[in-house]
Amino acid sequence: MNREVLEVLEKDAKATLKQISAMTGLSVNQVRKTIEEAEKNRVIIKYKTVINWEKLEEERVQALIEVKIQPQKDVGFDAIAERIYRFPEARSVYLVSGAYDLAVFVVARTEHDVAKFVSDKLASLESVQGTATHFFLKPYKEDGEILEGQEKVRRQPLTL
Amino acid sequence: MSARRSVRRSKREIISRRVGRVSPSGIRKFFDLLSTMDDAISLGVGEPDFVTPWHISEAGISGIEKGYTMYTSNWGMPELRQELARNLAARCGVEYDPDRELLITVGVSEGLDLAMRAVLNPRDEVISPEPTYVSYESCTVLAEGVFVPVSTVVENQFRVKAADIEERVTSRTKAILLGYPNNPTGAVMERADLEEIADVARRHDLLVISDEIYDQLVYGIKHTCFASLPGMKERTIFLGGFSKAYAMTGWRIGYAAAPAEIIEAMTKIHQYTIMCVPIMAQMAAIEALKSGEAAVREMVADYDRRRRVMVKGLNAIGLSCFEPKGAFYAFPSIKVTGLSSQDFAEKLLVEERVAVVPGSAFGDSGEGYVRCCYATALDDIREALRRMRRFVQRHRL
Repeated sequence: MNREVLEVLEKDAKATLKQISAMTGLSVNQVRKTIEEAEKNRVIIKYKTVINWEKLEEERVQALIEVKIQPQKDVGFDAIAERIYRFPEARSVYLVSGAYDLAVFVVARTEHDVAKFVSDKLASLESVQGTATHFFLKPYKEDGEILEGQEKVRRQPLTL
Repeated sequence: MSARRSVRRSKREIISRRVGRVSPSGIRKFFDLLSTMDDAISLGVGEPDFVTPWHISEAGISGIEKGYTMYTSNWGMPELRQELARNLAARCGVEYDPDRELLITVGVSEGLDLAMRAVLNPRDEVISPEPTYVSYESCTVLAEGVFVPVSTVVENQFRVKAADIEERVTSRTKAILLGYPNNPTGAVMERADLEEIADVARRHDLLVISDEIYDQLVYGIKHTCFASLPGMKERTIFLGGFSKAYAMTGWRIGYAAAPAEIIEAMTKIHQYTIMCVPIMAQMAAIEALKSGEAAVREMVADYDRRRRVMVKGLNAIGLSCFEPKGAFYAFPSIKVTGLSSQDFAEKLLVEERVAVVPGSAFGDSGEGYVRCCYATALDDIREALRRMRRFVQRHRL
């Protein structure tokens, strides 16, 4: 699979077949085939947009929930992870090393919604031993993009 | 009356004849005009559009925070020279003694000036391929040497032929000055081409000054360091720097690698005129050498994509362009318009707000071409190509 096509798309999901073809030197057909194959194999999971919701002053909270788990026999962490990641509130779920086991990223409308999710859904799961919820106060960087205060540096006039 | 006359005469004599012989940059007015236009897209200045990778900038900043704000050794910080020696050995295949054969300079610009002044006597000749980077001739003249250009042509992908160099050798020839990957053409030299030039240098006992500032910006080929050729290290002044590969133009830092005797002479000038390169730039350069490789690879991959878009786009609008495999320049022919390169560049800027550099700024062999730097955001390159298409349609013969 052509990695360059993927690299281009990872930076700009809106790049057209023609543009990717010009950038990589592959034919439009080769680019199309690469993308189709990547989509089929779920190498490309989906195309999404990085949005700075702060600008809209919407009510929207994000939180990282540390979850400590009592692993279950035979299935380890996977079974409990699945029970958690099936909740739509859980945007991303990772098994992590360190003081706790699962890192669960949650997006909800209000802090109350998050609290409800934690107390009603997470904490009530049998193998969850404990949780710690960290609300996000201010986003600085999202998916590799600095959100605010990134001024465009203008080249200074220079003659050579 | 007489007072005025004497003022006038002294005015004429204030500036040395040596400086008087250097012609001012032909594209200065042009860039002044450009800087007044907000909507112009510049494919003009040869500078990365990336900012310095953060870990490199951070090393400079934390150096200042820790109090590294003083002079360094004239030659450059020992740690930097050691890292550089390791880097050149691994990357270029040449071993340099960090204590005697390396000098940290204020970019290749200073290195070139030092090299010329260290080796040239008045009227010594320097042979160099043309189109040529604008400072080569000026630095030669400032060192009271004579610049001898050798034409290169698109039919040979703007590579210089050893035979053409040899034809220009006289009893006064002191050095061959090479700049590959090339500014302005983007041309690269194959190892075999360089070996033939090495033979010429050996046969006529010439020095070779090799400006390899773009050595890491090559696409699909391997760069050959001139000093790495058998027997060439002892007659080569190898100039390189951090500006292009690490996007560090504003830090002003580069290096010269050469036999101890030459570095000694260059350092003599450097210590009296510059003293040393700013320490913060040196701290940043150490970090660049230690762990900048991944960032360079990523930037080169990005330039490569823009290169393909630029070259394909130029050819598609009728400005035929050979495939440049180095630096970040495309050098298309503008002959379909019948305009001189100066007129082409001026009209293109005024009519379509796109800045390119007229090929004639790089010597007579550059006439009929313009230099387009593709170290510019892809969207800007695409828009520039759309504007240039309109321009070419209007001015096509």
